[in-house]
Amino acid sequence: MNVQDMILKLQNFWAEQNCLIMQAYDVEKGAGTMNPMTFLRSIGPEPWNTAYVEPSRRPADGRYGENPNRLYQHHQFQVIMKPSPLDIQDIYLRSLEELGINPREHDIRFVEDNWEAPTLSAWGLGWEVWLDGMEITQFTYFQQVGGIDSDPVAVEITYGIERIASYIQDKENVFDLTWVDGFTYGDVFLQPEYEHSRYTFDVADHDMLFKEFAVYEKEAQRALEEKLVFPAYDYVLKCSHVFNLLDAGGAISVTERTGYIARVRNLARKCASAYYEEREKLGFPLLKEEESRHE
Amino acid sequence: MSNQHFLLEIGMEEMPARFVTDAMQQLQQKVGQWLTENRLAFDSIDAFSTPRRLAVRVNHLAGMQEDVMEEAKGPARQIAVDEDGNWTKAAAGFARGQGAELKDLYFQDVKGSEYVFVRKEEKGRAAAEILEGIGEVITSLTFPKNMRWSTYDLRFVRPIHWLTALFGSEVIPFTITDVDSGRRSYGHRVLGGAADIPDAGSYEQTLLEQYVMVDPEKRRETIRRQIHDMADKQSWHILITEDLLEEVNNLVEYPTALYGKFEERFLELPEEVLITSMREHQRYFPVEDKNGKLLPYFVTIRNGNAEHLENVQKGNEKVIRARLSDAVFFYEEDQKLTPDNATAKLDSIVFHEDLGTIGDKVQRVRDLASSYGTLFQLNEKMTADTTRAAAISKFDLVTLMVDEFTELQGLMGEKYALLAGENPETAQAVREHYKPKHASDDVPASDPGAVLGLAEKMDTIAVCFGIGLIPTGSQDPHGLRRQAAGAARILMEHNVAVPLETFVHQAVREAEIAGLLQQPARTVEEEILSFFRLRLKTLLSEQGIRHDIADAVLENPGSQVREITGKAAFLQSVSEDESFKDMVEALSRVTNIARKAEDNLSAVNKDLLQADEEVQLYQAAQTLEKELPNALETADIQTAYKYLETLKPFIHSYFEHVMVMADDEALKNNRLAMMKHLSSEISRFADFRQIVFS
Repeated sequence: MNVQDMILKLQNFWAEQNCLIMQAYDVEKGAGTMNPMTFLRSIGPEPWNTAYVEPSRRPADGRYGENPNRLYQHHQFQVIMKPSPLDIQDIYLRSLEELGINPREHDIRFVEDNWEAPTLSAWGLGWEVWLDGMEITQFTYFQQVGGIDSDPVAVEITYGIERIASYIQDKENVFDLTWVDGFTYGDVFLQPEYEHSRYTFDVADHDMLFKEFAVYEKEAQRALEEKLVFPAYDYVLKCSHVFNLLDAGGAISVTERTGYIARVRNLARKCASAYYEEREKLGFPLLKEEESRHE
Repeated sequence: MSNQHFLLEIGMEEMPARFVTDAMQQLQQKVGQWLTENRLAFDSIDAFSTPRRLAVRVNHLAGMQEDVMEEAKGPARQIAVDEDGNWTKAAAGFARGQGAELKDLYFQDVKGSEYVFVRKEEKGRAAAEILEGIGEVITSLTFPKNMRWSTYDLRFVRPIHWLTALFGSEVIPFTITDVDSGRRSYGHRVLGGAADIPDAGSYEQTLLEQYVMVDPEKRRETIRRQIHDMADKQSWHILITEDLLEEVNNLVEYPTALYGKFEERFLELPEEVLITSMREHQRYFPVEDKNGKLLPYFVTIRNGNAEHLENVQKGNEKVIRARLSDAVFFYEEDQKLTPDNATAKLDSIVFHEDLGTIGDKVQRVRDLASSYGTLFQLNEKMTADTTRAAAISKFDLVTLMVDEFTELQGLMGEKYALLAGENPETAQAVREHYKPKHASDDVPASDPGAVLGLAEKMDTIAVCFGIGLIPTGSQDPHGLRRQAAGAARILMEHNVAVPLETFVHQAVREAEIAGLLQQPARTVEEEILSFFRLRLKTLLSEQGIRHDIADAVLENPGSQVREITGKAAFLQSVSEDESFKDMVEALSRVTNIARKAEDNLSAVNKDLLQADEEVQLYQAAQTLEKELPNALETADIQTAYKYLETLKPFIHSYFEHVMVMADDEALKNNRLAMMKHLSSEISRFADFRQIVFS
């Protein structure tokens, strides 16, 4: 199965589970969790089910396209369901069958792995899912997001697209994966991998990035003062990405590092409470729709 | 005894492997306690667990609660009965409150006055009825980490999916979250299915049919047998560690062992890297040949049966290949970095946010190791090795290999140092300076390793205490207790002839120079020494030393560690001697009376010594004062004790003939002064008053 078919299969499968199929968010981010469709929407009492592919940037993992497994940007298939369905593990196992992985013919384990994102003031409990010894999915029950207790609890499933594809296609090198017939992963992503690594490690203008961080931070705060949650959160994402670039480039000293993380966390927490307040003012509209759907 | 058993099973999503065994034991213990509190007799409780279930079977549970007879006390007689001898309203109220009638009331004497009593008999209720409350036992289980799920408020280890509760063959109904108990259980996630359990006695068999081995002991022994069979067949030696076996056992419900292979070229990696990668990352059992040479194979335990085992093998081989390829890359890349270049990078790694970087720590440890080397009287070569090892002691922390396999710190330091051309003694000290890593680990064997290891630990302790990071209760985030125990063991096992307080003093001094003291140095030193006192006491108790003896010799925890442990072992060895009690009494008598003396004491005036016994004891004390310190300093405990022993007859005859608290003030003070001097000499050895005789 090629990568494109994998993504289409997963989208169809989760659409059938009543997830809204969304698109990747258009601001740089390190993980699908940071997409506002997850970070903000998992806050508060309103039900929310969605799935999307998220290209996720991890500047520190850039290897100039020379490492068979590590990438500046990889793809996550992200599912978020709130409240967490009681049979979510079974649903997940069925999704693997859609990808041609029959659990009876393999060894599938749920191995404890707890998740914490200090910049988001978020944590959860769950597992990494092992397929014949390989970690293919992160499975997390959110307990706190943006410093707010999750109630009800949302469950997040993050498939590592490249990992699963390399298993299904039996490839050792990520760049050899077939995206569709005639196009390899390398055809599409090798050049950007090389260039982004070069940029991150050798070229990036750290002075400019430091200034950007400060500007974005200020703008996020200004937007928050106007109770504009989504624009404010976009600038938080920008801060986070700029911080990752600076960190990967070795531009942030030890003593400063904790401080920068705290600044991003502080903004993320403010966005989280502002989002909650704004939804509350609107009377948590999705909650009402849910009720009326049941009537 | 009843013939009915009670089965309780909690079905969940996969629990963390490390919680399973404790949770099972907790359930077993709490169910037992709960039944006893509820007056339900039983024979025994068997406990079961897998990653997805915790269960108990209570064997031969009584069908009825035991009856209880209780007496309830009411008002005093004069309040319960009026002048005419009739029951008052108070008595009637009491009877009503107890559900009794007035005719059931009787009087009984309580400490001289009479009170109204009524006998209440509580008839035992049916066990089936009481058992409906068992849910409270489940929700009272505690776990290191709890979670909430869906819309429920309950905090539990993982979401609960089913509850099986059978008394004999009858369902005991109760509900947790929205889950109702029943007889339905669920088998292996992919091989098994839903199964109704006919009665509590057939639990194990029913689940086994659904590919679940519920008894963790049987499951563990199945794994062990499978591994042994494989080893026999292949002429291998498979390395089983009990920790890993326990973890693997709690990751599977139905185990099947299989092996896989990796390329021979990976065997060029250090064995420890291969073994750590297999064990820690993949939960594999490494394989050796019969001569103890590592082979390019691994053994893993599948959660399932033997069908399609080739898929599982192939998948696992792919994973280990990727991991070992990474390790080879790390190994090659790391060698491009010299120890000195790597050390320079430590300036940008935080040790603790208030304690600066690892680079700062290395600086302090280097200075401290240099002073400690002098105290250890290292020769020139060893001094040079120690200095060099100290300078590069932490360089491996910036290597890719240690970043990936933290537990290989020190060990990779040694390997890379040797590859970089450092001499073997230096490299060894780099590895050893983390030792002992735990209570059953060895201390550094080499002197440079011991000096560096001691400096490393003492520095951590000194700077943490310096900024007030002192362990309290169960809180010891920096492992200071372990570090202190390790430091003490190094001093003891290397037979170091320098007082502990000297090492503490120098470590605190370094912390002070680094500006890391928030309190006066003297205060910090005292805090550290009293911290060490407790660690030493634990250490002595681990060596089988009696608590009272440990207390007696820990009078001054700042002395040489070898002297403290030597005294403790010696006192323990003579503690059963007949003469010991007499000895302890004589010495304690001196100490006790000396406490009556004032603090500012003048020297003993020889002219005021009157009786012969006084003079004799004085002379004996003079000898003791001269000889005892030397014997202790050289840790010649036996000789030191002999000096105390020679004192004994003189003490006895002294107290027989001399009255210390004489009427003559001058005489009294002189005698007290002598007792005080003698007592302080005795206390150099021990505070004998701590010793207890049964």
